Parts: sequence; structure tokens; C-alpha cells
Amino acid sequence: MIVEHVNGKDKGNVMLYALSTCQWCAKTKVLLGELGVSFDYVFVDLLESQEQDETMDAIERVNPKGSFPTLVINGTRCIVGFREQEIREAFGG
Amino acid sequence: MTTLDVSETEINEACAKLKRDAVAGGYVLNSDTGFVERLVSGILTNERRYGYPACPCRLASGKKEDDLDICCPCDYRDPDLDEYGACYCALYVTRAVHEGQQALTSIPERRPGRALRRAKLQTQPTATHPLAPLPYPVWRCKVCGYLCARDQPPGICPVCKATKERFERFM
Repeated sequence: MIVEHVNGKDKGNVMLYALSTCQWCAKTKVLLGELGVSFDYVFVDLLESQEQDETMDAIERVNPKGSFPTLVINGTRCIVGFREQEIREAFGG
Repeated sequence: MTTLDVSETEINEACAKLKRDAVAGGYVLNSDTGFVERLVSGILTNERRYGYPACPCRLASGKKEDDLDICCPCDYRDPDLDEYGACYCALYVTRAVHEGQQALTSIPERRPGRALRRAKLQTQPTATHPLAPLPYPVWRCKVCGYLCARDQPPGICPVCKATKERFERFM
């Protein structure tokens, strides 16, 4: 799976599930960059079909709608959509 | 899958057409033109990738028959405009949002999740009796007689541009 990493402050395991064509996803990625958080991201629309299915299963475990962006912090906390305030608060921004 | 490059000319042409159609239908596009251009680029990318203009903010399946509801403009645009002032992508917004009277935010997903959609496909409703209760109310534009079956009348009549309050419940 093509997971990209962005270096920054360690705030735990931060994973952003995004679509390459989605602008709320793009805004979320920019915000995480602004906050200087270390995070991983994956563009689910660019994955091969089996990987895509498995990734969707993983997303749906924390966000049953399987929508984007889905931000998962330490495998438990989940922020769905570009919730700017919530994301800032989660990283003490 | 690879990202398919869409040219600036294609994006500009598609944006111009989108704007013309929006105005003609009584809809309003997001005033952030860069945001709109990037969404349009996403729609064009999806059109090349899948063969249909799937919503750029949702994961398309690659099977058009399963994604008709998310071909832009999607089935969820108007209910989302009514409830949140914007469509899921914020490509379309209401006049209130456009004029800055209402804040624009990322909104919840109205489309059912994968499991629900699959379950629904297996239980396609059969044709109903003509006198059975209607699944949607029918609204009539008192100005031009335009009829539409949906939860709420549109903000503006797509035919004569009369405003929502000029609609009456017809059936």
C-alpha cells in the first residue's frame, strides 16, 4: 500500500485516509502540515482493488459510512470530515 | 491506478459550462474559484478513470450502475443544500452561503455506507400500485406549473426562477 509519511512533531500514530480528488481531504492534509504534526496518509482512490477493499474495511471499523477524509489518531480516535476546530484541539493547536 | 492529468483548458471549459448550467438551473457555485477548479479537475479525472463523472469527494466503485447516485450533480445535492447550505463537496452552495450570511463547513455524508447500499441492491422495490401512497410529495410552481417530486421544493424554480415560497403542495 502506498502510504506517504509527513515528518513533524510526534503526536502518536496519525493516519489520514483521503481521496486524491477530494478538496476537504486536501484541506485536512494542509492543516496537519500547518500544525506540524507527524502523520501518514493514503489516497484510497489510487489503491489497487484488493488493497482498496481492505483499506475500506479498516476505515469502516472506525467510520461506518466509509467517507473521506477519515483521520485516525492512535487507532482509536476518529475525526470524520474537515472539522478544523476538532483537529486543532486534538493536536493542541 | 494512476492520476490522469487534466489540462488547464479542459478545466476552464468545464468550469464555464458548469457555471452556465448552474445559473440556468437556479443553482449557485462556491465563490472560491480555485476550490471549484480543483473539484472540477477531480470530476474530469474521475470521468477518465471510471467513464462517468463520479463525485470527487466520494470513492467510486468503477461500476456506473452502482454509482448513478454520486454522478455530479449527485442525488444528495439538493437535500444537502436545504439542510446544510452546501453540497457534500461544497461545489454547490446556497445564496446565503455565497453571500456570506451562512458559514461553509464540511458536512456529514448523506449517502448510505457500502453495506447498506449492497443490502438495498438485493431488495429492489417492485412496482407499486398507482394508488399507493407516493414515496415523495409533489410540488407545483404556481408561476409556471413545473412539477417535482422531492422532500422540499427547490430553492428556485429551474424553469422560471420563481423562489421556493411560490411552490404549493400538489399531491
